[in-house]
Amino acid sequence: MSVQKTALYDYHKSLGAKFVPFAGYEMPVQYSSGIVEEHKITRSNAGLFDVSHMGQLLIEGNESLATELEKIIPTDLKEIKLNQSKYSFLMNEQGGIYDDLIITKVEKGFIIILNAACKNNDFKIIKNSLGNKFKLTLHKNLSLVALQGPKSSEILEKTINGVSSLKFMNGNKFSYKGKDIYITRSGYTGEDGFEISIPNELVEDFSKKLIVQGVKPIGLGARDTLRLEAGLCLYGHDINESTSPIEANLKWAISKRRREEGGFVGYSKIKSDMNGSLARLRVGVKPVGKIIAREGVKIFSKDDQEIGLVTSGTFGPSVNRSIAMGYVKLNFSKPGTKVLLEVRGKKYEANISELPFYKKNYVR
Amino acid sequence: MSEKKYSKQHEWISMEGDVATVGITKHAAEMLGDIVFVELPDKGKSVEKEGQAGVVESTKAASDVYTPVTGEITETNQSIADDPGTVNKDPEGTSWFFKVKVKNKSELDGLMNKADYEKFAKENSN
Repeated sequence: MSVQKTALYDYHKSLGAKFVPFAGYEMPVQYSSGIVEEHKITRSNAGLFDVSHMGQLLIEGNESLATELEKIIPTDLKEIKLNQSKYSFLMNEQGGIYDDLIITKVEKGFIIILNAACKNNDFKIIKNSLGNKFKLTLHKNLSLVALQGPKSSEILEKTINGVSSLKFMNGNKFSYKGKDIYITRSGYTGEDGFEISIPNELVEDFSKKLIVQGVKPIGLGARDTLRLEAGLCLYGHDINESTSPIEANLKWAISKRRREEGGFVGYSKIKSDMNGSLARLRVGVKPVGKIIAREGVKIFSKDDQEIGLVTSGTFGPSVNRSIAMGYVKLNFSKPGTKVLLEVRGKKYEANISELPFYKKNYVR
Repeated sequence: MSEKKYSKQHEWISMEGDVATVGITKHAAEMLGDIVFVELPDKGKSVEKEGQAGVVESTKAASDVYTPVTGEITETNQSIADDPGTVNKDPEGTSWFFKVKVKNKSELDGLMNKADYEKFAKENSN
């Protein structure tokens, strides 16, 4: 398969982007000012992320669609309000995660935002489950950009009237240059922000409008440090087909009704995890010194038994320290527990920590 | 100090008597991006030409730092371990990595001068 480009590729290039291949796409990893600067600008002002590689799946249908989707997505789709978004996942029979996603109720049915690397497989899973009763469209003609940071609302309001009144994890239809666009108040940075679904032919024009107002373009490098500070999972690293949502500390994403009633793929694992068989848990890890603990670093107890593995780790520019997340055996998961990290053959002290590392108030 | 020489692993080296100062090149620092961690070799450690003698990490990834010459580590620059970001600011000056007592000065003959290194770096960057 040839490498794909988003509709903003040439624009990124003109902004000085350095590209890397990511999930089959040539994506900007950073621009000229660098990852740390991009990270800080997003936390203090506003940054624009091209996330058009992600899947935007529209499934058209009425109430029976919600019932059908609840069989594979463990969130409240029967009770969800129009334009409300939920974080959820697709699971296998063993309760492992095929993908994590954001599902939003729209007039026609549901829109699901999927990870780029998973979207084609997700499409098959959903199609197989729903059969031919509902129309599925994995949009090729829509781009997706995220505007993130404390100034996002003020800036976007100037271009899109009314957008600042959206509540967190809610969306609505808006209009730009006479075309429908769909905006949700959401993101992947731990900041207030919006995700804007817009036709490919308008995305460059729209992006320029934000950039001229002082918004900085942000690459995948800072996207990773931002989401890690915010304690958010990166699919394929912190969660995958062998981690269950309960192990991944994502129990909050499964509503009380769904936890009690079940009736979705992977429920037996969720139920057993909740009823005492949980063996490990995703936690935050704070190395005591400056050592960076990256994916694959082994975690040991103070008495040197191996108790887990780091799944993501980097330097957090806003918390100004080394941060990581990973899985440890349940009895070592309490925040404050002292552990050791093995990096390049040497052991370094660290503490189990609460997530997120960085917390900001969302608009709710 | 003598004129700087450069290695294919993107280190610079400068001689003073029989002790060389080693650091990473400006080009290397730019390619790595924001440097957030530096690991220096232990003082007194014997190192071999093109052998690993430290680690430098950016927000993105970890990379080894090599020594362009064989010898014994006599000094390390603790200030870059304390404040790794300074490596991006002055990689070929105050942000040197270590000093090494050189065993065989002829090892320097195989290294590049500034002009040759710049050409090499240009050809080898993406």
